[in-house]
Amino acid sequence: MSEVLSYGFIQHAILAGIMASVVCGVIGPFIVARRMVFISGGLSHTAFGGLGIAYWLGIHPLLGATVFVLAAAVLIARIHEKNLNQNDLAIGILWAVGVAIGIIFIHLTPGYAPDLMTFLFGNILTVSPGDLLVTLLLVLTVTATVVVLYRGFVAVALDEEYAKARRLPVASLKMGLMVLTALSIVTLIQVVGILLVIALLTIPVAIASELTRDFRRIMLLSILCGIFTCLAGLLVSYVAELPSGASIILCGGALLGLVRIGNRLFAGRKSPPPTLRQ
Amino acid sequence: MEPLIAIEHLTYGYEQRAVVEDVSLRIVPEDFILLIGPNGGGKTTLLKLILGIISPWSGTIRFRGDAEGRLGYVPQFANFNRTFPISVLDMVLTGCLNRENYYLSRRRNADREKAAATLAKLGLIERQGSNISDLSGGQLQRVLIARALVSDPLILFLDEPTTSMDASSQSGLLELIDSLRAHMAIVVVTHDPTPYAHRYDHIACLNRELHYHRRGELDSPTLEKVYGCPVEILGHGIPHTLLPRHARRGDRP
Repeated sequence: MSEVLSYGFIQHAILAGIMASVVCGVIGPFIVARRMVFISGGLSHTAFGGLGIAYWLGIHPLLGATVFVLAAAVLIARIHEKNLNQNDLAIGILWAVGVAIGIIFIHLTPGYAPDLMTFLFGNILTVSPGDLLVTLLLVLTVTATVVVLYRGFVAVALDEEYAKARRLPVASLKMGLMVLTALSIVTLIQVVGILLVIALLTIPVAIASELTRDFRRIMLLSILCGIFTCLAGLLVSYVAELPSGASIILCGGALLGLVRIGNRLFAGRKSPPPTLRQ
Repeated sequence: MEPLIAIEHLTYGYEQRAVVEDVSLRIVPEDFILLIGPNGGGKTTLLKLILGIISPWSGTIRFRGDAEGRLGYVPQFANFNRTFPISVLDMVLTGCLNRENYYLSRRRNADREKAAATLAKLGLIERQGSNISDLSGGQLQRVLIARALVSDPLILFLDEPTTSMDASSQSGLLELIDSLRAHMAIVVVTHDPTPYAHRYDHIACLNRELHYHRRGELDSPTLEKVYGCPVEILGHGIPHTLLPRHARRGDRP
C-alpha cells in the first residue's frame, strides 16, 4: 500500500480529492439549503459549452468555461430575482444548450479531440501540478469568502424576506453565492469532472445532515465525508481497476446508504427526519 | 406627533393587476393598527412593501430618522420553511443582523445576552438549543416573535398571528401584545379582528384600496356586537353593520 502512495499521480489525486472536498463541503450545505442543486447541475453543463469554444479557439479551457458559467450564473440569478417563475425552465434550457454547444465546437476542432467522458467523470488520476495550484486558489477564495460573509449567507438561506426586511444586501449575497458556486464548478470540473462535482456538492451534505443538525457541523462533516469518500473511491478504483470518478461517486452513495440504515437502526426510532433532506 | 412611517399613494401589483392601489397610511408611535380585509385583499403585500421586501410600482414610504432599521416582522408561522438546520438561539440572533454587521463572523456577547433574555421573556429559554424543526407551531411563532423583538423595534408587524391557534395560546399571545404596547407601535394583519376588538387604536380595511377608521367609530355597545358577529365588521354599508359605507373612488376629495 505504501508503494501505491509513492506514485506522484496518486498523491496528486489524493490532494485534488481533499481540496475538492473542502470546497464542496463549504459551499454544498448552502446549495442544498437554498435548493440550488439543479442550478449547479445546469451551471456545470453550461460550462461544457465554454470548454468546447475554448478548445476551438485554442485558448485555455478554464477561460472559456469561466466566462460561460459566470454568464449563466448571472442570468439565472437575475431571472430568479425577477420572480418570473421561469427559473426551472431557464436552467433546463441552459443545461441542454450548453452541452450542445460544447459537442459542436469540440467536433469542429481539428486534430486532437478530448474524450467527452473526461468532462463527465473527469480523470482525477491525471491531475497536473498546475491544476492543483488553481484548485488551491479556489479553496482559499471560497473558504475566505464564506468565513467573511457567513452570517449574511445563513440569513439569506434561512429566511430571505426577513434578511431583506433587515436591510441586508440580499440580491448581492445571492449573487455572491451563485458566483462562488460557478467558480467552484468551473475549477473542479477540470479536476474531477461534472458528475463528481455534483456528487461532492450533494452526497457529503446528505451524509452530514443524517448525523448532525447544526449548520457549521454539517459543513465540517461534509468536508470529512467528502475526503473519506474520495480516498475510499480511489482505493476501490485502484484495487478493482475501475474508473476513478465513478468509483468515488458510488462509494459516496454506499456510505450515505449505510449511514441512513445505521441511523434508523440505532437512533432513528424517535428522532424526526434530519432537516436538510428534502 | 411625527409619524414613524408615512405612506403616500402606494401602488403595487402582480403582472398587470394592482393588488394594493393608492394606499396612504401613517403609523405614529405606540399606535395599534388592525389591518383587516378579505383574503387576497393585499394585506400581506402591503406589509412586505412597508418592510422593503418588495418595491412599490409608485408612491413613497418615508421613515422617521431613527425608524427605518427598527422594524420587527413576524411572518405567518405556518408558511415558514423550517428545513434550515439552525438552533432556536441562533435563529433569534439572526434578528440582530443589519447592513452593518452581516459580514465577519464575530458575534457580540451583548447580542447573545439579549437573545437569551428575549427567549426567557417568551418562555422559550429551555428550548434555546433545540433545532427549529423540533418546535410546535406555537413555539415556532414565539421564536419568530423573539427574532423580531431582539432588535428593539419601534414598530412590530404581525401577520395573522392568531390564525389556527387554540384559545389558550391565543390569550397568551394577546397578553404579550398588551405588554409590548407601551414600547412600540404594533400593526396586526388579520382577517378576524375579534380578538383585538378591545385593543386597537385604528382599523385599516384593505381590499386593494385602504379605508381608515379611528377607534371612536366603533363605540363600546357596538364592540359587544363585534364579538357576536365578527364578519359584520367587514360588511360596510350592509344593514346592521358597524361602520358606514366607504366613499366610492370618484367621490373622494
